[in-house]
Parts: sequence; structure tokens; C-alpha cells
Amino acid sequence: MTAIEVVVNGRRVREEIEPRLLASDFLRHTLGLTGTHVGCEHGVCGACTVRLDGAAVRSCLLLAVQLDGAEVQTVEGLTPDGELTPLQAAFRETHALQCGFCTPGILMAASELLEADAPPTRAEITDLLSGHLCRCTGYEPIVEAIARAAETEPV
Amino acid sequence: MKPAPLEYRRAESVEEAVGLLAEGGHDAKVLAGGQSLVPMLNMRLARPALVVDVNRVAGLDGIVAENGHVRVGATCRQRAAERSAPVRERVPLLAACLPFVGHAATRNRGTVGGSIAHADAAAELPLALVALGGSVVAESVRGRREIAADELFVSHFTTALAPDELLVETLWPAARPGTGFAFEELALRHGDYALAMAACALLVEGGAVAEARLVLGAVAARPTLVDVPLAGRAVDAEAVREAAEAARAAVSPSGHLHASPEYLRHVTGVLAGRAVLRAWEEAA
Repeated sequence: MTAIEVVVNGRRVREEIEPRLLASDFLRHTLGLTGTHVGCEHGVCGACTVRLDGAAVRSCLLLAVQLDGAEVQTVEGLTPDGELTPLQAAFRETHALQCGFCTPGILMAASELLEADAPPTRAEITDLLSGHLCRCTGYEPIVEAIARAAETEPV
Repeated sequence: MKPAPLEYRRAESVEEAVGLLAEGGHDAKVLAGGQSLVPMLNMRLARPALVVDVNRVAGLDGIVAENGHVRVGATCRQRAAERSAPVRERVPLLAACLPFVGHAATRNRGTVGGSIAHADAAAELPLALVALGGSVVAESVRGRREIAADELFVSHFTTALAPDELLVETLWPAARPGTGFAFEELALRHGDYALAMAACALLVEGGAVAEARLVLGAVAARPTLVDVPLAGRAVDAEAVREAAEAARAAVSPSGHLHASPEYLRHVTGVLAGRAVLRAWEEAA
């Protein structure tokens, strides 16, 4: 067992973990943050995407022990006050989710994209979504939601 | 889909990392960005007893332009290289390939050195390194050596790196004036593994090709250099057709669920022809 200290959604946690534990399982099972979804466990589906020191990354392709000293944001950390971010509100308005399995990963990846200096082009949005599998929506409402969020205000 | 039990060590320096690799031998594996290794751990295709994490080795993630090269440190993230001015200005072929490597979220973590050392036959960065005639620097407790890209890639997931060697840096020759580059890839979806790809570097002098390097990937076990009779000629429709034929003749893809051998061979020629033409237009 190895001790790690990591800041998750602004809260500092210390845990003893096995080195082989994946970051995705650490978030879900050790910390109970089940908003991060696990689909393929080999980096293809994008459902487990979180922010690691600001960068959108696949949590299933990280060992939890690598989080030591880092800051992690999960979908639960987007709205500490219980409100929806403009991005989440746009998802609701445009019906950009049905089953919701892919949604947390897309929100975390899109939140990084929306922090760029210029609003993303449609090509940049669809490029981002190529890394996220959604079997419900056909993607169009998701593209619309991200574009709409980019027009409103900073995430 | 969970890794087997493993020992994890986080190296703080190259010296510490190569020491751990020397101790671990064949049972040790270097963990850089982990975008290829961790899926293999999850699927238990790899079961190393010792994982040596080099992500926090100081000074291994830099990008430096010097002496006609751009030196990219082993743990430089692909995303950082993609955004780097020295890479975009001096190594346009690498800059052209990087957006094709996985997705933004995997490039945020994946490293340039890791992709090279992993040597996936369908990966873009090994192809680019061979096309440019680049090299890597490896270190071990036995010393430091430079390995040319042509000698580095042996076969699928197999390089000339010894188990105790750590790839510490990749060297990308800077573009010379009059050189044009092009990268072409066909994949089922953007970010997926390529079905076929081609990279071309052409040096053009006095309206004719002086040097040509055409390299194919994903349709062979390693980046494959094609002997194309372009030197001394202008690239016209006939030259493009000959390059495409040479490319088709240079590979014998085995085919898979998504594409037959005949289709892959055909597409390889199409991409090779496009790469040659576009490199020519870039150089002009």
C-alpha cells in the first residue's frame, strides 16, 4: 500500500492505496465520486475523462498513485453550489444527453476546450467529440450545446 | 480490465530511473504518459513486475531548438509539442502529425518519447521520425548512445532499445529551405488507429526533386521507406502515379476486420501519391 495526498474538487484527501489501482476506480470506489463513468478502460470511450491539474485526461489510463500531489476535478466539482454551469445548462436546453453515460466525460473535456482564448469552431468541437462515444444522441445536440455555451459566458 | 499487482517506483532523476531499470531487467517497464502502457496493463497484455514512472523526472520534458535540430525531451506531452513554436516553425511534419495522435485528452497526457519507444506500427510519430531521418538518445547505467530512427524501429512494438535503456530525448531535424512535407492518413474515425498512412519529405532545388523520402505506416510492421525514382524530376501526374505504384509494391498488408489486403494496398498508393504531390506543392 502507498499513501497519496491529492486535492479532489478542492478538498484535500489522504488515502492508502494499492499501486495498481486505477485513478478512475480511486475516484469512484475509494472516494465515492461516481459521476466519473467507466466505459472501456482502455482510453477509447472518453466517459472517464477528468481534469488533472487543469488538463482533460482519461482517468482509466492513470494509476491513482500518480495523482499524488496533484489537483483533480471531476464532474461533481464543476458546480460546488449545486447550480448548473452554462455548459450544463446548454446540454439540458438542447437535449444533448439521453442516457447520460457519456455526459460527464464530455463535460470535462469541453470545459477545457471552452477555456481557450477564442470560442471553438465547429470543427474543433467535432474533433473533441471524436474522443467520446455517445450511442444515444447522434452528437448533433452535443455540438450545439458546446457551441451555445461558448457564446454565452465563460464556464 | 484491471492491472495485475505491480511494484511502482517514481523516479526523480534519469540516474535513478536507469538504476531501477537495470535492477528490474526484463520485468521492468517505463511508465511515461501511459496512454499505451496502461491499456496494456488493464487488459493484462503487459504484466511488468516493476513500473518505473518517469513523469516527474526533472528536465525531461523540454523542447530546445539547436544545431539544425529540435530536441524534444522524452516526457514532453504530445499536446505541448503540438502547441510549441519551435516544433511548428522548424519541424512542420511533426506538427502535421501530432493532431492525428489519439485525441486531445490522450495527447494531454501522452508523450512524444513514449509514442516513439512504444513503436506501434500504426502510430504517427515513428513514421514522422523515420521520414525526417531523426534519431533518439537512450541512456542506461552502461552509458548514453544515439540511435538513428532507421535502426530504432525493428517491428511491431519492438525497438533497438535494450530493456535497461531509457529513451531520454528525440531529435527532429529542422526543415531546410526548399523542403516540403506532407502527411496523409486514413482512419475510420479521427483519432482512431490509422488504416494506412504516408509521410513525404521532398527537397526541391532548381525546379526538380533533389532528395525524396517517402515513408509508409500502419500497413507494415515498422515505418517503411519506399524507394521512389523522383530525384532530378519535377513532380507531375506521371511521377505521382509512379510513387503510388512504388508504395503499393513496397507493402503486403495482411488485412483485418475493417479492410481487406487489396483495399489497404490500394489506399496506401492513394495516400502516398497525395503525400508526394502535396510535399512538392509545399516546397514550391
